Amino acid sequence: MRLQITHETLYSLTHAARRTVQYLRLTPRADRCQRVESWSIGGPERLRPWTDGYGNVVHVATETDAHDSIAIRVEGVVSTRDTAGVLPLDDGLPPDMFLRATPLTLASEAIAGFARRFAEERARKGDIAALHAMMAAQADAIAFEAGHTTAATPAAAAFDKGRGVCQDHTHIFIAACRVIGLPCRYVSGYLAAGQGDVATHAWAEAFVADLGWVSFDVANRQSATDAYVRLAVGPDYRAVAPVIGVRTGGGGEEIAVTVQVRQVQ
Amino acid sequence: MKPPVFFDEMHSGGGVRPAYERYAAWLHSVPQEILQERHDRANSLFRTVGITFNVYGEEGGVERLIPFDIVPRILSAEEWEIVETGVIQRVEALNAFIADVYNDQEILRSGVIPPELVLTNDAFRPEMLGLKVPRSVYAHVSGVDIVRIDAETFYVLEDNARTPSGVSYMLENRQAMMRLFPDLFGAHSVAPVSHYPELLQDTLRAVAPRGVDDPTVVLLTPGQFNSAYFEHAFLAQEMGIELVEGQDLFVDDGEVFMRTTRGPKRVHVIYRRIDDDFLDPLTFRGDSTIGVPGLMAACRLGRVTVCNAIGSGIADDKAIYAYMPEIIRFYLGREPILKNVPTYTLRKPDDLAYALAHLPELVVKEVHGSGGYGMLVGPAATAAEIEAFRAKILAHPEGFIAQPTLALSTCPTFVDQGIAPRHVDLRPFVLSGQTTRVVPGGLTRVAMRKGSLVVNSSQGGGTKDTWVLEKPNARARR
Repeated sequence: MRLQITHETLYSLTHAARRTVQYLRLTPRADRCQRVESWSIGGPERLRPWTDGYGNVVHVATETDAHDSIAIRVEGVVSTRDTAGVLPLDDGLPPDMFLRATPLTLASEAIAGFARRFAEERARKGDIAALHAMMAAQADAIAFEAGHTTAATPAAAAFDKGRGVCQDHTHIFIAACRVIGLPCRYVSGYLAAGQGDVATHAWAEAFVADLGWVSFDVANRQSATDAYVRLAVGPDYRAVAPVIGVRTGGGGEEIAVTVQVRQVQ
Repeated sequence: MKPPVFFDEMHSGGGVRPAYERYAAWLHSVPQEILQERHDRANSLFRTVGITFNVYGEEGGVERLIPFDIVPRILSAEEWEIVETGVIQRVEALNAFIADVYNDQEILRSGVIPPELVLTNDAFRPEMLGLKVPRSVYAHVSGVDIVRIDAETFYVLEDNARTPSGVSYMLENRQAMMRLFPDLFGAHSVAPVSHYPELLQDTLRAVAPRGVDDPTVVLLTPGQFNSAYFEHAFLAQEMGIELVEGQDLFVDDGEVFMRTTRGPKRVHVIYRRIDDDFLDPLTFRGDSTIGVPGLMAACRLGRVTVCNAIGSGIADDKAIYAYMPEIIRFYLGREPILKNVPTYTLRKPDDLAYALAHLPELVVKEVHGSGGYGMLVGPAATAAEIEAFRAKILAHPEGFIAQPTLALSTCPTFVDQGIAPRHVDLRPFVLSGQTTRVVPGGLTRVAMRKGSLVVNSSQGGGTKDTWVLEKPNARARR
């Protein structure tokens, strides 16, 4: 599938800020399932690309003159391939390091209780069956509903609320995988024909021995297809956030995001 | 039970040991009042200098003077040679290990170390994966804690590869001793330590980003409320470099700058005394206000060198410690010069069972603890303390290691009752840049309480000057 993507983020500040430093993880990864045909990123005064420890392309953006808004615009074309939701282990990232909990993916007693039901399934029917069963059960238990959680909501809190967005689903799934002993990581990206007002999408990838990284999009109850574009991988949202920044001054902010993912010939 | 016999640095084997011959003769002839007077003068000297230490767990972070003992710990040139070659070997292996775990991970693939021990370790920083750092050095400053149990046997108790502190005491202790006992320095050929700041600066300059001939080096401190702030200020001053806090630095276009009265100045090497977690709020803890937003980018772009490198802590993790002899053999192909204390890793069921059955004779430490906090010294603990600790271990066995209680050597120490033996350890400071070097000596820590084996300053330990005697003619040759 050839996907044309336009993604704009506009931060409007209530006062002028003196300095802003941001990391932008807004460049598709060079992975087996996708090829970047063209890509551009612009907006901030100075942009410098670097690669983080997870192999994600990051731009460090700095604004040093007074500014009351920051606009970030990325656009390009990515051609994708359907890999049946499986990526081989060829990205140099040792799976076991994704067994570590982060503040956002710590399993609470409630999550552990939920996940343990699938440990037995794993022993009986194997990893893939257990993971799919867990995805279905989680999608039933946690309603996809915006407005109840934020970017800083940990898995445990979203699980208790019983509601959340793709980010919460992914964190809960990662926490649950750890309970049953499977490394699992967070993927941020785009989804053609994504649900509702979801700006950018998120899903999980669990590591299955002898197979590779298998994707689980709990919010959509499916594994990734060629409608998915991968931006960044990491242990949780915070490590892969499309934009994370620190500002000096500036007061409050309003964020307006528009994303278009269109299939093109 | 017979009380254990400890090796004494000054008197062992029925007489005075050779390194102490002259000193012992002096000590036995000097009146008690003179010692008391020098002891008092030492205290007032340190008050004037302002070396104090924040003791955690005390109300309001009480600033306290670390007790200084006027009796030096003396090592002969031959004894020092063992320690020196041993710690250099160890730190070279540590650096090779850190470089490997963040790049090829050969030691994990070879099965020498269980991969999960590194990969699931909180001290392992995936943020560093695949980054080549200048000269492949990660731990530029290491403190290796050594104890001795007899004339020949030195054990490494732990490695400190993050931000080891205490070197200012090594330097200040020597200055104080030279003022208090000038005659003794006339009678002994004590190897100097005062060039440490110069060597440290050499080391930091040697790891500047490629292509930078005259690097700007700064010392990054968390600020004056940090327990080691005195040392940060002291070292910056001695090296003639800027002492900065996070807010004095900023990242622009992937480079680090320092604010100065004459405008921004590019920074190439940061000797940081801030933990990884607080260095870059965009990468690590978002609530850190003492770091530099964007530092990780500058670091990975190779525009700045952070010393010690982010993620060096994987090398001094107490669970990794148990594998140090293997690590030395794996990277250097040599036998370890210094011994490792036999270590029970309580995540292993057999080790856990053994430890639980032998708590009264073991020292149990938290894997991620430091400074002597959260530690059980079995032989010195009450039955109630042991039971409380047993519960802690059972709740979280993978968080602990256990070691036999070592018979730490003693050194004569000036206490209220006069001169009496007290247990000591030794922390030499190892510098790795172009080469790996160590100044002769280090920080000798002494447990001031009779019988105590805990030398940490946070637990009431004191310090001594450490003398390494030079071989005859050493001075002429230099």
